[in-house]
Amino acid sequence: MLLLNITELQKRFVDPEGKSTCVVDVPRFSIQAGQEVALRGSSGSGKTTFLHLISGILSADSGRITLDGIEMTTLSSSDRDRLRATKIGTIFQTFNLLQGYTCLENVLLGMSFGPGPDRGRARQLLERMGLANRMDYYPRQLSVGQQQRVAVARALANRPKLVLADEPTGNLDTVHAAAALRLVREICREESTALLWVSHDPTMLSQFDERLDFHQLNRACAVSGIAL
Amino acid sequence: MSLLQIVWKSLRQHAFSTGVTAFSIALAGALLLSVWILQDQTRRTFTGMDAGFDAVLGARGSKLQLVMNSIFHLEESSGNLRLEDFAEIQKNPHVELAVPLALGDNVKGHRVVGTSLELFTRSEYRPGLQHVVEAGGRFFDPNNREAVLGSFAAHKLGLKPGDSIHPSHGLNYAEGHEHEDEYVVVGILKPSNTPADRVVWIPLEGLQLMTGHTEKAAEELSAVLVKLKAGNATAGFLLDQKYNKEGTRLTWAWPIGRIMAQLFDKIGWFDRILELIAGLVAVVAVASVTASTYNSMNERRREIAILRALGARRFTIFSAVVMEATVIATVGMVVGLVFSAGIFAVVGGILRTQVGVILEGWAGHSVLWWGPLVMVSLAALAGTIPAWKACRVDVAQNLSPTS
Repeated sequence: MLLLNITELQKRFVDPEGKSTCVVDVPRFSIQAGQEVALRGSSGSGKTTFLHLISGILSADSGRITLDGIEMTTLSSSDRDRLRATKIGTIFQTFNLLQGYTCLENVLLGMSFGPGPDRGRARQLLERMGLANRMDYYPRQLSVGQQQRVAVARALANRPKLVLADEPTGNLDTVHAAAALRLVREICREESTALLWVSHDPTMLSQFDERLDFHQLNRACAVSGIAL
Repeated sequence: MSLLQIVWKSLRQHAFSTGVTAFSIALAGALLLSVWILQDQTRRTFTGMDAGFDAVLGARGSKLQLVMNSIFHLEESSGNLRLEDFAEIQKNPHVELAVPLALGDNVKGHRVVGTSLELFTRSEYRPGLQHVVEAGGRFFDPNNREAVLGSFAAHKLGLKPGDSIHPSHGLNYAEGHEHEDEYVVVGILKPSNTPADRVVWIPLEGLQLMTGHTEKAAEELSAVLVKLKAGNATAGFLLDQKYNKEGTRLTWAWPIGRIMAQLFDKIGWFDRILELIAGLVAVVAVASVTASTYNSMNERRREIAILRALGARRFTIFSAVVMEATVIATVGMVVGLVFSAGIFAVVGGILRTQVGVILEGWAGHSVLWWGPLVMVSLAALAGTIPAWKACRVDVAQNLSPTS
């Protein structure tokens, strides 16, 4: 079943000098429900902008994004927020945990804007991430690997249809990175959640059967001459 | 997590600035409430204080001075009137009670007032309330050198029944000016929360005939307190006509409450200035909530971006910031209420010491609900400025950490 369908998606930014630059120009891209896709791309290629467009953080200048049958580009900002909260989970390279909140609260916070806090589900996920005895710890009291696992739990908390992972293992060593990927894939498979894993790490990318090159996907890269 | 929990977390994270801002609201709120309550209570207390009489008859001069001197036992006397004047007003068919007062001496700064027993036995200083002597004492015998002390005067002078006093000449105490006459304290009045509490009361003849006073003093009075008969609305006007318009020698200060009200009307501009200052301080305090919250938005841009990336709507962020400002103002005003009660107690104590009047209770004044409501509403309104900034944060740009 088609979960995400993108056609003729364009996003331009205007630099301080007033020059308009096209950053994302993707003619076609799709993900099936429960599918795992790895997207390869170097820094500055527009991958993060592409993910922000999918999650509705940014609005597209033109084109269509359909997620789970809903045409996102016609939604209001508020409806896009709602869609993001309920159907999309995001794992950031820098984790983006809120420092004033404990691990459990960070996960609960992720649920607050979606279906609502489910303490049992939050605890279960954190236990699964090996953080059963760290639930009341603040992010600064955790190792980098542990912080990443909290971020993963938060992204999966709302049982999203699609998980967007933006260089999620960029700050981890090889062993922890592999473990994080294993955990994410495990839960995504269990819950039939599609996964779009963006990375430039060949080791990580080699774990996926479905690998796409963002430079080939994004026509804007060819125009600007961004190399792999 | 509820919106309130998110707000609470944020306030805890910025505990210092939250505390300082709430404290500034507390001080401003306390000032605003205190100014409002005190000016209202002071006006009500002073205009409502008539010692149970309708008018004061005295020598030609200022009505206000006459009232201040005879009712509040403040200010100098404007002059004396003759005993015949007292006899005449006493016999007036419109007059129910006329009580003579003679002033001119003091006991260590507390005024000695010569009067008749009728002040205690026939008049009510408030409806249904007469002066009563504490157990073990009695009112003075007009034929003896005896004194009855107001409760505050007795407390300050450390006197009790059986003690002796030597009044000093003049309204202000100066050592070495004591009269030879010795008066025995025979009673202490129960507190009446009126200026009578600060006075040393002796028989009228005692003051008139005090050793060292001129012979003329025996034939003069400082003032006469007058209670008119009920049911005759024109009596006051008739006597006003007689003494103030037609006569040239005496002053008829009537009605007492209106004369005090005129004083407050004259100094009304000062009240307005106080209100303006208090209002400005309140506005500055509310502005400080805006500034503090607005400035914190810069350091909270990433936090806001994360919340938005997790699905928080702009309206949620907007509401959270407005609620933050509201909570700060609410906490500030709760503390402000406590502060204002403290200020009221201190000022009330000073007024009691200096003037002998007790302000009515702090609680129950309408400003106690509308004052905080206005302050909190203003803060919530002011909170919309940083809230607008917060909900306009560029999510994509602020998701990455800034170094």
